[in-house]
Amino acid sequence: MVNTKAEDTEIVGAKSNNKHNRIRLLLVDDEKDFVNVIAKRLSKRNFEVTKAFSGPEALRAIRKTDFDIAIIDLKMEEMDGIEVLKILSKMVPELPVIVLTGHGSEAASEEAMQYGAIEYLAKPCDFEELFNRIKEICVKTGGVTNV
Amino acid sequence: MNQENRLKDPYYKSLTRKILLIIIAVSFVPLILVSGIILNRFNVSYHKKQNEHLRELVLKHKQNIDSFLHEKLNSMRFMAKSFAFEELNNENFLRNSLASLQTEYGSVFEDLGVVNDKGIQISYAGPFKLENANYSDTQWFKNAIKSDYSISDIFLGLRGTPHFVITARQYRDGIPWILRATISFSTFNSLVENLKIGKTGFAFILNNKGEYQSKPGVDVVSDKVYSIFNLITNGENTKDGVYFSEMYNDSEKKYLFVATLIKNGNWVLICQQDKSDAFSELTNARQITLFIILLDGIFIIITAFLLSRWIVAKIAKTDDEKEIMNQQIIETGKLASLGELAAGIAHEINNPVAIMVEEAGWIHDFMEEEPLNNQENKNELERALAQIKTQGKRCRDITKKLLSFARKTEAVIEDVDINEVINDVISFCTQRAKFSNVVINSSLQENLPILRLSHTEIQQVFLNLMNNALDSLEKRGGNITLKSMLEANEVVISVADDGPGIPKANLARIFDPFFTTKPVGKGTGLGLSICYGIVKKMGGIIDVRSVVDAGTTFYVRLPSKRKD
Repeated sequence: MVNTKAEDTEIVGAKSNNKHNRIRLLLVDDEKDFVNVIAKRLSKRNFEVTKAFSGPEALRAIRKTDFDIAIIDLKMEEMDGIEVLKILSKMVPELPVIVLTGHGSEAASEEAMQYGAIEYLAKPCDFEELFNRIKEICVKTGGVTNV
Repeated sequence: MNQENRLKDPYYKSLTRKILLIIIAVSFVPLILVSGIILNRFNVSYHKKQNEHLRELVLKHKQNIDSFLHEKLNSMRFMAKSFAFEELNNENFLRNSLASLQTEYGSVFEDLGVVNDKGIQISYAGPFKLENANYSDTQWFKNAIKSDYSISDIFLGLRGTPHFVITARQYRDGIPWILRATISFSTFNSLVENLKIGKTGFAFILNNKGEYQSKPGVDVVSDKVYSIFNLITNGENTKDGVYFSEMYNDSEKKYLFVATLIKNGNWVLICQQDKSDAFSELTNARQITLFIILLDGIFIIITAFLLSRWIVAKIAKTDDEKEIMNQQIIETGKLASLGELAAGIAHEINNPVAIMVEEAGWIHDFMEEEPLNNQENKNELERALAQIKTQGKRCRDITKKLLSFARKTEAVIEDVDINEVINDVISFCTQRAKFSNVVINSSLQENLPILRLSHTEIQQVFLNLMNNALDSLEKRGGNITLKSMLEANEVVISVADDGPGIPKANLARIFDPFFTTKPVGKGTGLGLSICYGIVKKMGGIIDVRSVVDAGTTFYVRLPSKRKD
C-alpha cells in the first residue's frame, strides 16, 4: 500500500551521505492533517518525506538528515517559519526551501525570499503545481533526475 | 451657499463678532489716542503762539500811541517853556507856531490857543473862531489848570466834532496860564484803526469811565463797555501789562479781548476779535483731524467687517475639512478593523480548504492506482472529486478577494497585463454604465509590455477614474472611451468622457486631498488624490485635459520598465 511508504520515510534514521535515488523532502507545518495528506501524496510519487509539525522538530530532523528540499509553513505556533528560515539559511544554506502558507501576504513573501526561500506558494495550492515546482527546483539545484 | 449657512451658526456668528470688536478696538484706541494727543498739543501751542502774537501787536500799538501822545505833549511843553506868555499871546506868533507844527506833523495839530487861569482863551490860532471862548467849566480845563501838562479825553466841545486837547501849564507872575493844542481826532484814530487782526479783529480805546476814545469797529460788542473795561482790567495779566479776557455777547458769540493800559493808565487799548476767527486755524485743524478720524473709522469698520468674515470663513472651512478628515479617519479605522477580521478569517479558511482539496487529491491518487470496476461509479467518483477541487479553488478565490479588500495583500508586486486590468474594470462598471445610459468603448493596443506593479492598486486607479467619469455622465448619459498604447518607454492609458468637463479654476486642484465638487456626503475628495499617490509611487504620471462642455480625459503614464 501507498501508506506504508510514507511510514518508511518517517523512520529514515542516521544522517548519511549514502547514494539515494529518491528525493528527500522535509515537510514542516503545524497543520497535522495537511502534513499527513501531502506527505502521503508525495510519498506515492516516490519522495522520501520527513514530517515535522513545528520549527524545533524541523531543525532536529535537519540535523539528522541531508534533505534535497524543504517545504515550510510560515505561521506556526512554537517557532515562526521565518525564524526557521533564518536558522536554516545559516545551517544549510544550500538547501532549497519552498514556503507554502495560508497566511500569504506581500510582506511575508518578501521576507521569506529575503531569508533564502526559493519559492512562495499560497494555500490552497494546486498539488500538481507544487509537485512540478519541487521537481524543477530539484533538477536545478541537485541534479536529481530520478523523480 | 453652504459656507454662508455655516457662518450663520451661532458659534461662528459670535466668533465673527468677537474678531470684529477686537479689530475695531485695537485699531481705534491708538488712532484716537494719537490724534487726541497731537490735537491737544497743537491746541496748547497754537494758543500760546496766538496769544504771544496778540500781545506783541498790542504792545507795539501801545508804544505807537503813547509815543504819539508824548511827542505832541512834549512839543506843547517845549513851546510853553521856550516862549514867553507875551509872545504866545500874540495871535500872529501863535499862527506861525501852528504853521510850523503843521509843517512838522501834518494836520495833527488843528489849532493852538492860550487860556488864562479863568478859563478864557485869550489868544487863538486855528480854523475856528474861538477867541475868548470860555473853558472854565470844561473837565479838561479843570484837569489842565491842576497839572503841569495833561491830555484830555475825547470830547465834542464847542466845535461839535470829536477831538482832544493837550495842555502845558506855565506861570506868569504867579498866575497860571495854559498853552493848549487840539489834536485831530481822525489822525489819532487812524493809529488805532490800523490795528486789524484776522477778519474780525479791531482795536478801540476806552477811558477809565468806559467811554470810547476812538471810533470803534463795526461789531460793537455791547453797550456795557464799562463792564468790558472792568472785565479786562480784572482779566489774566501778563508781566508786561497785557490783559487777556474772554466774553460772550448777547448772541452767545464768544469774543477774545486783549488789552493794555495807555496814557499813564487813563485809557485802555483794547483789541477785540471773534474767538472763532482768532482760532480759525485751530478749528480747521480740528475739523481735518475729525474728518480723518471719521474716514479712518469707516475704513477700519469696513476692513474689520470684511476681515472678520474672511477669517471666520477660513476657520469654518478648516473646521469642515477637519470634520471630514475625522470622519475619514473613523471610516478608515472601521475599514481597517473589518479588513483585519476578513484577512484573519481568510487565512484560517485557507488551511482547512487546502486539506480538503488535498484529501480529495489523495483519493484520486488511489483511484488511479486501483481503478474501480464499475465504470459508472468511477465516473461519478471522479466527477465528485473534480467538484471538490473546483469548489476548493472557488474558496481560494473568495479568500483572495477578501484579502485584497483587507489591503494587506493589495500591494503585491506582480506581472500585470494592463489590458486585462482595463477589461476587468470595464466589466465591473458595465452594470452601472447601463443604468446611467453610458456606452463604454475601449481601444486597447495589443502586445503591451507586461508591467511589474500591484494589480489591485492599478485596478483601483482605473476604477476611481471610471467612477468619476460615470458620475459626470450620470444625469445625461454619454460615452466613456478607454485606450491603451505604447509611447516610447511608457504605457499610456487614457480614460475619456464627453461629460460637462472641469472648469479651469478647479482643474489645478482636482488632485488635492479633500477637494470635491460632489455634494456633501457623496464624495470624500480623496479618489483622485489616491490615484495620484498610487501612480506616482509606480513611477508614473497622471494628468488631465478638460474642456468645459466637451469632456475630460485622464492620462495615466506608466514606465514599461520599472527601475529597481
